[in-house]
Order: sequence, then structure tokens, then C-alpha cells
Amino acid sequence: MHPDAVQRVLGVLLMVFSITMLPPGLIGVAAADGVAMAFFLTFGLLLALGALLWLPVRRSRRELRTRDGFFVVAMFWVVLGMAGAVPLVLQDAVDFPLVDALFESISGLTTTGATTIVGIDDLPLSIQYYRQQLQWLGGMGIIVLAVAILPMLGIGGMQLYRAELPGPVKDAKLTPRIAETAKALWYIYLGLTVACAIGYWLAGMTVFDAIGHAFTTIATGGFSTHDASMGYYDSALIEMIAVVFMIISALNYSLHFMAWRRMSTEPWRTDPELVTFLTVLAVVTVLMLGGLLIYQAAHSLPLDETWHHAIFQVVSFATTTGYTTASYYVWPAFLPVLLLFVAVVGGCANSTSGGLKVIRVLLLWRQGGREILRLIHPQAQIPVKVGDRPVNERVIDAVWGFFAAYVLLFVLLMLLMLAMGLDQITAFSAVASGLANLGPALGDVAANFASVGAGPKLVMCVAMIMGRLEIFTLLVLFTPAFWRR
Amino acid sequence: MKIIILGAGQVGGTVAANLTSEDNDITVVDRNAQILQGLQDRLDLRTVLGNGTHPAVLERAGADDADMIIAVTDSDEANMVACQIASTLFHTPSKIARVRAVEYLSHPQIFAPDALPIDVLISPEQLVTQYVRRLIEHPGALQVMDFADGKVRLVGVRAYYGGPLVGQELRTLREHVPGVQTRVAAIYRRGSAIIPEGDTVIEAGDEVFFVAARKNIRAVMSELRRLDKPVKRIMLAGGGNIGTRLAKSLETRYQVKIIERDAGQCRMIADELKKTIVLHGDAADEDLLLEENIENTDVFCALTNDDEANILSGMLAKRRGARTVMALINRAAYVDLIQSSDDIDVAISPQQATIGSLLAHIRRGDVATVHSLRRGAAEAIEAIAHGDAGSSEVVGRRIDQIRLPRGTTIGAIVRGDEVVMAHHDTVIEPEDHVILFLVDKSRLADVEKLFSVGVTFL
Repeated sequence: MHPDAVQRVLGVLLMVFSITMLPPGLIGVAAADGVAMAFFLTFGLLLALGALLWLPVRRSRRELRTRDGFFVVAMFWVVLGMAGAVPLVLQDAVDFPLVDALFESISGLTTTGATTIVGIDDLPLSIQYYRQQLQWLGGMGIIVLAVAILPMLGIGGMQLYRAELPGPVKDAKLTPRIAETAKALWYIYLGLTVACAIGYWLAGMTVFDAIGHAFTTIATGGFSTHDASMGYYDSALIEMIAVVFMIISALNYSLHFMAWRRMSTEPWRTDPELVTFLTVLAVVTVLMLGGLLIYQAAHSLPLDETWHHAIFQVVSFATTTGYTTASYYVWPAFLPVLLLFVAVVGGCANSTSGGLKVIRVLLLWRQGGREILRLIHPQAQIPVKVGDRPVNERVIDAVWGFFAAYVLLFVLLMLLMLAMGLDQITAFSAVASGLANLGPALGDVAANFASVGAGPKLVMCVAMIMGRLEIFTLLVLFTPAFWRR
Repeated sequence: MKIIILGAGQVGGTVAANLTSEDNDITVVDRNAQILQGLQDRLDLRTVLGNGTHPAVLERAGADDADMIIAVTDSDEANMVACQIASTLFHTPSKIARVRAVEYLSHPQIFAPDALPIDVLISPEQLVTQYVRRLIEHPGALQVMDFADGKVRLVGVRAYYGGPLVGQELRTLREHVPGVQTRVAAIYRRGSAIIPEGDTVIEAGDEVFFVAARKNIRAVMSELRRLDKPVKRIMLAGGGNIGTRLAKSLETRYQVKIIERDAGQCRMIADELKKTIVLHGDAADEDLLLEENIENTDVFCALTNDDEANILSGMLAKRRGARTVMALINRAAYVDLIQSSDDIDVAISPQQATIGSLLAHIRRGDVATVHSLRRGAAEAIEAIAHGDAGSSEVVGRRIDQIRLPRGTTIGAIVRGDEVVMAHHDTVIEPEDHVILFLVDKSRLADVEKLFSVGVTFL
């Protein structure tokens, strides 16, 4: 490893991140809510810290190697998680314990959307905005942003990009140069955010809410400026706008790029992962609708709003956004658990959503099918194909490895949660929600994480970062081989 | 510029590495996923797996809006077909292909615009052959590069004790060789570049690059080191493509022996060559070398495909008394290693010999020749000055008025048939060929800009 290359990049990234403290600070000044100083102070602190790291090694010309890339990304997310908590700790308008601030910051950056706050509506405006912005930055990844705007990350950029972007196959560049690829992704991301904000605004949100919610919709994050989340508006139109943009954002951004470049819908129509994802959404929605109708009929509740609740909840969970409009957790157990499992599957690779990713589940499924076919035809050569293309065996191995690590980590974290005194449903759903970067869970933490202690919150922080970086990027740091020269 | 490179072999890889560092959008196509993975990890470029002659693969590589296609796969036929397809289907403006077989090259009408539309043909074997030939013509030189069709040469030479100029200031050069026009373009001392000034003192061990007219090169070299006697006896190890071509071009002027391991190949080259003595045997066989008077050989050239074999047989030949030893070395890392050792005098890097002719077509502005030096870190270019004093930043100006980027020197100017050495008061005229030496290639864009003509000229 090259300490000076790592230090240089980390310093620059921190300086880039420090700039993101200015917009909430300005909002704080405009709203005169007394929190602005905290943001400006954090800006100064992070800028100084970044400069302190960067200055001594600014002339270093070493390039990042693959393993440096892992280290930078993992370190950066940990450092970023802490840095994001700084303004929340520094301000004194609302009481914010340290652990809660850390939880909020990491939940934001990883686009999880779980919160410890009760009474979001009463928070100072700048903090409300800050939470939304954190998710927006975390959605496409602040490192991808840095790769796009800093030419110095040229070659090493690929290592960083690879370590941050989700999905099993990460080498498919959209353009020859990595900076251009990263730029294209951010343009699409920005474009979708603007479109979504306009949609929300036209549908009746205030400008502030429209922008805030567009941030977290496109990031598939799920933070809201209201305790009641999307349920606050009680508007089928807003929910359907959210549904559309959540789905778009949970699709592979490479497809959006190609469709835009070629001006045709062909990339979307022919992508097997996308088709599978939409099929899963449709099937689960039908199940959900049926289940809800039976439940409501049995309890003689009104039926007229069922359809949009069903669609909205399924999409919100499947894209790992985690907005809620209804008290889904009081529905019969089959439905919320179904929702959680859909979230574990997650969205498409190379999107802003979390979870295992549809392509991986599809590969696991195909691979299972192949094993069965092999039992029947022991001599047959059966390639695993997605669409019409055979998939490299290395990728399938990696997917299995990822799945095994995911399950193992899930079990470990859940046992840890249970050991800390949570009940089974809470522990299970919290870990599932954290690893999938979903947000809402069941049991004691159905609405928020305010009621659990510091221990489970820290476990959640680990789960969320692990989920966002797809485990291996972080896990690789804990292997002795990584540190051996 | 958007460039597609077909073939990620030695040449393809080197070209890609050279071009990505210059802000080009590069896509490399190859059929070997592992090589591509390696390139992708090392360089900022895109890779596409597949057969480069297939239209679908070319389309995936972005042939639609590519500015240039460089076909350097190991198959002549694939390279030619790829250029044809790129031209027909995608209307790619520039097409460069590597074609080795003399059978094709000897019929230029094949490559006419209405036949096989290839703009530039490169044949690494031919380039390497010429390169080695120039080195043999100038014994003692590390690198010899032609400009303006050979009227001017840039020569790299190591200064030794005993050279009259060693230990002297550069300004005394004119007194040392009166009547000879020359200019020192750059000096490399222990790996780092020095921009020569009048009071720069040449030390022993310096690598000196100077520009001079062809006939004056010997005179200048004699100032920097004791001159080697002219070459008479040459021994080549390896009778492959390069060895045979070289023997053919040298055999009329020198006594050439060629050692080839394969008996069948020996017969073939013996049939083809007229005066060369073809020996069947191993170039690393000490007895064979001694029997063939290695101690009286002036130049021993190891030219097989195998780097290690070339290095070892070269070292052996040197120990047994060959005066100058050259070895063909593909691996860039070995080139540096060998360049600093005493046993092998000159490391010949085929990529370096090839890349220049490619680069000349990629440079903006009107660039006639490009030579890549010191593993691509430095570059010597021959740029043509167009326009007039109003539209160009160089024409009509004295050299000391031109705002050259740092680390850049103007070595010489070729005006028609006349060679003018650059002095601070030389005025550049339209259509002059200006020879520049860039110590730091990252300044290249500035130099290109300098030589591009303002819009008003059109």
C-alpha cells in the first residue's frame, strides 16, 4: 500500500465533502434557525483537516493500486459517516446525542433512511435539508462525484469507482475515460432529481419539500421532512410520482445512459435484469393487493385507498427507499415480511438502490436451475446465461461468495442484536433493513430507532456501511493478506 | 480524440499507454479477456472483448463517432479487413494498420483510397530494421532519429572521458568543431533532464542529444567520445523477419553473418540472401561464437523474439570480445535495466521505434515526424509552420520571441533543402520544418497549440 497516495486522495475527498456543508449553512442563515454556525464551523473543520492531510503529500505522484482503492473507499465512508455527524453534534438547537448523530449521518449517506428522530417536522429547516442532502450525496456516491470533477483521480479513479459502485460486474465503462463515465452518471442523477422535484412541486408540495423529497427519492434513500413520511401528504398523485421515480432510480444507470445516447428505448426493453425486476414488482404488488383486500374486508375497513398503498409500499420497499404511507407493520405478518424480503433482493446493479441486487438473485436462480438440470443430464454442458449471453464462471463464483458472506454477516449481526436484548422480530427486521439500506423495519423499530439503545444503533451503523459497500470492500480490510506486503 | 485500437499486444498496449496519457478517449479491442483486464486496471481506457473485424464489436467500441482506428493485431489480414469495415460502415476518418508481409507492402495500389482504404501503414519490422541500420551507420550512438527525410538527424550519445568537449562549457562547441552547424537539444544526467544553456558543462556519463545535418554527425560525436572505428563485421543473432531484412539491407556494405537456430529457416534465408553467411546454431553457443571470430566482430545484434535470449547472448558476445552489442528488447522494464549496464551497449525497443510513426498522425497541427524518446517520457517532433505573422504564433518571429513551453527547445529548422541550426535570432518563415525537443511530454498540448494556425488563416 502507498500511504502517501491514500493520504492525498483522502485529503482531497474530505475537502470536496466539506463544501457540501455550505448549502445547509446558507439555508440556516436564510431561515435564521440558529444552526447555520454549526455548518460553517464543520465546513472549516473538514476543509482544514482535508488540507492537513493533503498538503504534506500534494506532490506525491504515486498512483493508487487496487488495494489502495479499497482502503480509500472504506476509510472514506467511515470517516464520512463521522464527518456527517459533526454539524449535528455541534449545533445546540436540538438535543442530539453522539450515537444518534452518527446513526443519522450514516443512515443518510448509505441511503438507508432509518432515523432516530421523533418530531422531524419541528427540526430547524437547515437540519431538515441537511438530512435530505446527505442521502442525495450518498446515492450516486460522493466518490463517483469526486472522480467526475477531479482530473487528478484519473487512473486511480477506476479503483475507487469499482470499490464504490454496486453490482457484480463493474468493469463495463460507459465511456473510455472514467471521469466521463462518472460525469455521465451524475448528469443523469441530477437530471432525474430535477425532474422529480418539478413533479412533486406540480403535485402540490412546497418547493422546500419537493427538492428535499426529490433528493431522497432519486437516491432511493427514504428520509423525509415529516414524521409521517410520504403519508403526510395523503395524495395518490404524489405517491405515484414517487413510484415512477423510485423505479427509474432503482434501474441500472448504464441503461439510462445508453438509452439517452442512442435515443431509443431498446436498452431498457432488452435488459433481462430490468425485466426480472419489473416482473417481481408486479407479482408482489398483486400478492400485496390480494392480501390487503382480504385483511381489510375481514376487519371491515374502507377499501378505496388500498390500491395505491399496495403499489407504493411494494415499490418503496423493493427499491430499498423506505418511504411509508400506511402503518404497514400492523398488517398481517405475511405482508410486512414479504416486503422485507423484496427489499433484501433490492434493485438493479449500478443503481442507487441497495439489497442483494436483482442480477445476483437472477444468477443464483439460474445457477440453481443448472444444478437441477445437471442431475438429469450428467454429461450436459450448461452455461449460465442472462439474456442470451453466457455469464463468466468467475462472476457466478463471486456471486455465490457474496451471497454466503451476506448470509453469514446477517446471522452474526442478528445474534449480536439479540444479545443486546432486542426481541427476535426487531433484531431480524432491523438487520435485514440495515444491510439492504432500506430503513423501516418491524417490531420496536417499525417507525424509527429512537427506542433502542446505543449498542444496537452502532450495530446498525456497521450493517448500513457493509450494505452500501457490498460487504467485500470493507471485509477485505480485515484480512491479514491485505496488510501483508 | 476518440481512438479505437484493435489488438492489445506489444504495440497496441504501448500505443494505448502513450495515448491515454495525452487526454484521448481510447477503446481497446482484443480477443483475450485477461490482457484487456490488465490494461483496464493500469490505464484509464475502455476495453471491448471480441473480434475487431466484426461490425458489431466495432460498434460497441464506439466506431460511430471514432476519429481514428489503429489496427495492430498480429494478423495482417485482420488489420486490413478491420480498416475496410470501419471505412465502409462507420466512415472513420483516419485508418492506420500494421501490415508486415512484404508481399502486400510491395503493391502500394492495394492501399489506394478506392481499394483498401488505409491511410497509414506501419510495419514494425521495417521500422526496426531502419532503426538498427542507422545505429550501425553511427557507431557509438544510442539513438539516431531522422527528420525531414534524413536531412537532419537527432542523435543520442553518451559522453565519455577522452571526448574533447567533456568537462567544457557548451558554448565552446563552436570553437571545437569550426564550420559545423549543430545544436545540443537536451542532456540527461543520471536520469533527469537538463535544458542546455551556453554555460552548461558536459560531464562524463551524460546522455547528450544533439541535432546536426547527416554529414556532420561524426564530427560532433567525436567531440563527446573517442570515435569508434567504422563498422565492418556484423553478426546478427536470429534469422527471423527483422534479422533477414536487416541482413539484406546491410550485406552490400558490410560483412554480415547471421545465426539461426532452425535448420529450415536457415535454408530459406540462405536462399534469399546473397552475400550473407548463414550459420545454423545457437547464438548463445560459446564455441560457435568463438569459431566465427566473435572477438573481431564490430557489431553483434541479438534480434530474436525472446528478450532473455537476446540479453544473454548479447552479454556473452560482449564478454567474448564483440565491440558493440545491441539487443532487441520488447519489455519496457528491461530496456532501462539494460541501458544502464555495461554489457549491452544499445537496447533496441521495437515499440519505441514504432510508436513515433503512429504519433505523427495523432498530433494536432501539421506534424511530419514524431520520435518517442526515453520510454515515451520525452519526444522529438518535426512540426511544419503554416500561416503568416498574423495567424500563426511562430511564423515571422525570432526564436527568442516564441513563447515555448518549459522544457522545450528548438533544435533546427529545415527550409526547403537547407538546414538552419536554431539560434536565438533565427526568424521562422512559413513552411519551415521546425524540429523541437520536448523533455517533458506533458507540455505537448501547448506545443501543438503553438503550431496550429488561427482561424483567420482559413
